[in-house]
Amino acid sequence: MNQLIPMMCYLLLAPLCGAIMEGFDRKISARMQRRVGPPILQPIYDVIKLWKKQVIVVEKSQNFLLLSYLLLTVMTGCMFFAGTDLLMVLFVLSTSAVFLYFSAVISGSPMSTMGALRELVQDMAYEPAVLLAAVGFYLTTGTFDVHGIMNSDVSAIVKMPGFFIAFVFVLTIKMRKSPFDSAQSHHPHQELVKGITTEMGAKNLAFFQITEWYEIILMLGVEALFIVNKNPWSWLAAVIVILLTYFLEILIDNTSARMKWQDMLKLSWIVTLLAGGVNLMALMLIR
Amino acid sequence: MNIKRSPWLLHYDGSSCNGCDIEVLASLTPVYDAERLGVENTGDPMQADILLITGGINTQNAPVVKQLYDQMPRPKVVVAVGICACTGGVFKETYNILGGADKVIPVDIYVPGCAARPQSIIDGIIQARELFQQRSDEHDALMRSQKGAANV
Repeated sequence: MNQLIPMMCYLLLAPLCGAIMEGFDRKISARMQRRVGPPILQPIYDVIKLWKKQVIVVEKSQNFLLLSYLLLTVMTGCMFFAGTDLLMVLFVLSTSAVFLYFSAVISGSPMSTMGALRELVQDMAYEPAVLLAAVGFYLTTGTFDVHGIMNSDVSAIVKMPGFFIAFVFVLTIKMRKSPFDSAQSHHPHQELVKGITTEMGAKNLAFFQITEWYEIILMLGVEALFIVNKNPWSWLAAVIVILLTYFLEILIDNTSARMKWQDMLKLSWIVTLLAGGVNLMALMLIR
Repeated sequence: MNIKRSPWLLHYDGSSCNGCDIEVLASLTPVYDAERLGVENTGDPMQADILLITGGINTQNAPVVKQLYDQMPRPKVVVAVGICACTGGVFKETYNILGGADKVIPVDIYVPGCAARPQSIIDGIIQARELFQQRSDEHDALMRSQKGAANV
């Protein structure tokens, strides 16, 4: 029962929270550019509209692959919020990313294929930091179990600030924000037509969008894991930290130009190695 | 279902002098901000709802315009922006110009002007999104009536 409630909350509320957060993202971005901006519920209107459009699919198997991407991401999120093994969660999440890659490649469109290849490079850029964070959690709290990490005496961030920096850095890649949005840029800036989503229209794009919301909430959940401890007040701190990082991502998105994938890979690995790696060494020496 | 709050644009430049294109982009910039109406400039026909065409149609771009139109999923609306896209404008008598966009695809909304002003372009988009909604509703009604006929 204790596991079922957060799981159900994630299943039902994550797309809603993700949509509203993206709505705020678009509104705040607009205000940063001195525009009025769309309504907060705009992402939901978009998905409803996509649902009503005629379905044109180049390759039928794309439907199945995108559905697998959605289901695997949702399953990963449910596993995380049910409090199971963090390492397992991150591995299954990489599997869902592979389904996204195939769903873009299968259409044979050059834009979509290029976007998919860049998506693979993005996966390569953020994966080390995410996996290192899991290792950091183990060294700090002695367990990979999400429930165990949540019930520790002090917040994990105290012993692993470097991992936190690396994780927030790769969050920009995961959220497809501006310097690292070469695979699929968000609405105002185009890249290779629409990159990985070029051949997705109507319901398929809606599936993709909903999956993104599930995934972002999951990643923000992993971020909260750095803060949450036994004390109930730490939950409030976690929410504040999440909102602050979200605002930081919007600010970065609006103030930086897109990077080449080579630079993205170098930069993210350097930050991961410097922040995460040094933190890892320190943790191992302390033990 | 209300779908007019999210009209996504596909902007195609025929053989225009770029005057109208600049005005189309201006209507998306901070001063006019068409995004407050939910408008997105997509560039991907598979995700677009409204096709904005500027410039006249010539022998070379006629198949391109037709293909872009065919790639867009229904319901869709076409807006001809500027007098060249409406009728061919000053280039009408030129040897390579076939005429306005309606020579190759059905045009729903005509936005005249040389160049069309951002205010009138946004007005055209607003009319287009009403039509977009109307077409979706008509399609729904047709589907419902067909389902009803099948049940009888």
